Amino acid sequence: MKRHKKMVSIGLHAFLTLLAIIWLIPVFWLVLSSFRAEKGAYTSNLWPRSFTFDNYIRLFTDTRLFNFPRWFINTLFVAVCSCLITTILTLMVAYVYSRLRFRTRKGLMNVSLILGMFPGFMSMIAIYHFMKAIGLDQTLLALILVYSGGAALNYYIAKGFFDTIPRSLDEAARIDGANRHIIFWKIILPNSKPIVVNTAINAFIAPWVDFIFVSVIMKDNYDNYTVAKGLYTMVDKANIFEYYTSFCAGAVLVSIPIVALFIRLQKYYVSGVTAGASKG
Amino acid sequence: MIILNCLYIIAEVLLAIFFFRFGLKYISHFGTLGENTQLKVWNEELQIYERKTGDNSMLILLFSVFTIAAIILFIWILCLIVKNIRKMIQLNKKGEHILSFKEVLMDLLDGKFHITLLAAPMITLVLFTLLPIIFMVLIAFTNFDSSHQPPGELFTWTGLTNVTDVFLGNSTKTHTFFGILGWTVLWAILATFTNYILGMLLAILINHKLVKFKKMWRTLFIISIAIPQFVSLLLISRALEPAGAVNAALLKCGIIHSPLPFLTNTTLARICVVVINMWIGIPYTMMTFSGVLMNIPAELYESAEIDGAGVLQSFISITLPYMIFITAPATITTFVGNINNFNVIYLLTAGGPFALDYYQAGKTDLLVTWLYKLTVDQHDYALASTIGIFIFMIVSIASLTVYNHIGSVKKEDMFQ
Repeated sequence: MKRHKKMVSIGLHAFLTLLAIIWLIPVFWLVLSSFRAEKGAYTSNLWPRSFTFDNYIRLFTDTRLFNFPRWFINTLFVAVCSCLITTILTLMVAYVYSRLRFRTRKGLMNVSLILGMFPGFMSMIAIYHFMKAIGLDQTLLALILVYSGGAALNYYIAKGFFDTIPRSLDEAARIDGANRHIIFWKIILPNSKPIVVNTAINAFIAPWVDFIFVSVIMKDNYDNYTVAKGLYTMVDKANIFEYYTSFCAGAVLVSIPIVALFIRLQKYYVSGVTAGASKG
Repeated sequence: MIILNCLYIIAEVLLAIFFFRFGLKYISHFGTLGENTQLKVWNEELQIYERKTGDNSMLILLFSVFTIAAIILFIWILCLIVKNIRKMIQLNKKGEHILSFKEVLMDLLDGKFHITLLAAPMITLVLFTLLPIIFMVLIAFTNFDSSHQPPGELFTWTGLTNVTDVFLGNSTKTHTFFGILGWTVLWAILATFTNYILGMLLAILINHKLVKFKKMWRTLFIISIAIPQFVSLLLISRALEPAGAVNAALLKCGIIHSPLPFLTNTTLARICVVVINMWIGIPYTMMTFSGVLMNIPAELYESAEIDGAGVLQSFISITLPYMIFITAPATITTFVGNINNFNVIYLLTAGGPFALDYYQAGKTDLLVTWLYKLTVDQHDYALASTIGIFIFMIVSIASLTVYNHIGSVKKEDMFQ
């Protein structure tokens, strides 16, 4: 029996190792290519002939066509601003729908639900021309507005979390004379750290990985690109031979912080997905 | 309350100024979307063609939408003023105290706190989501395409032409639409269920009693999805090209003699996107199921053991139903997400291989990537909007069925 158990255990671990290798090959390939000395995307030899650190150095020194440091700062700026705005707006909306009762509440929630079902790309042309009309096209401010403008639609997970905070807390505070304003800031928010962190990280990551809205709003203004759009431009047909290894280096640099944040996020991810049903 | 009314009136005046100074000249053309085409006029003195600015249909439509929104706002505030004055008269009659401005403000932090909190989110929502969507829905009823581009050309209302084009009239567009719709549905089913079943198996595997370092295994799989998709998917798509790394490796091992057309053969490309989507999706489902597995109440298993149930039986009668029940809403959300899974398709194949019998689309295009191409590459906005509305209809029907069946939406107050 014991031997049988050991065999099963070895089998399981071997199988998991095999799967993990399959899943990590592209990641390994990315890191490997970022240190490759030969240029070009398509090489007949899979293992690099020689290794170099130049791809990374070049990203930060050769800024004539592709200004990676600038993109990085742009993205950081946009991410921080839109993260702050989105988090505050989302939490406010979630709190209102979770705790306050007023006549138009159900209607507003339904409208939000319906608006969220339109494909996001559909309205981007309208947004671009609206930005152009108020003189904000090709600016970082426009990007911040676009990323945080839909915050009122993504209240669902935060609302689910607020719903689980016992009402008795609010009532106790009300007896002590606190108004709803104080309850929100002093009682609900401090008790909701996980969901605040979750919302903030999600909002922070979005600008790092989006390349669509950036293309529409920035057009060919390379200097105001974010890293995602910038790197994307590096591997289009015209640039891929020259910049492929630089792309890999840049991708590694961008991925490291996002991977770190994402791993931190995973425990909230599960509760977010299951929050809707577990109470049903 | 008097100060409040003054503030309302100031807002009314500002809106009125906006309407007469700015809105009027656009909304007066709303019916035709502009009459004067931009002209080139020969200038005798300078011996050049000069451009004489005409009407810009797109700006007329865009600002008309904004002006109509302003008018609605105007009427709404007017109602508020009337309501306020009525209330004041009533209070006065009863001889009660009329609220001071300070008390009104305090009420905004308590009884009417929802107005304070919702103000900012709703303004951004209206400006950046609602009005643009209304604009695009209106576009679906015009002929705004590549040959009617403002400012050079005008476009105008064409009624339901686009809708009939897509469904009956224009044979290429109809063929393309139904072809893409079929693949979109097939893709969404394949992508959702492969990930669901295999992700569940992986989670069960990792959660097995004998597996050590559970957390490490989970993290290993999560790294691959934490990398931004535009990086990992672009990398994979370049590796799958005829001269890419996968073909190079296969050639070197002698498995194949000429490069495989991974992304240029319809069937192969479709298989590729489904398989690579598994690489992206399985870790997500694994994460979900791991969390669910850990939350299954232990007493369920204990009582099953007392009743004499074996491992397999308690899996079938406890684990499986529990997991399916808990993840049902998330699965439908994933299904809807897959219908609109832009990244996987666009980054891997960009919709290709390009199909000659399709209207500006390829064989792996989903409705949403077709919409994107029509908008960004072809500037065929009217058709794109029509497809957008259709996607909305599919998604909303699917979602509404779900939301109506989730208990937690109906009974949200029960657990508070």
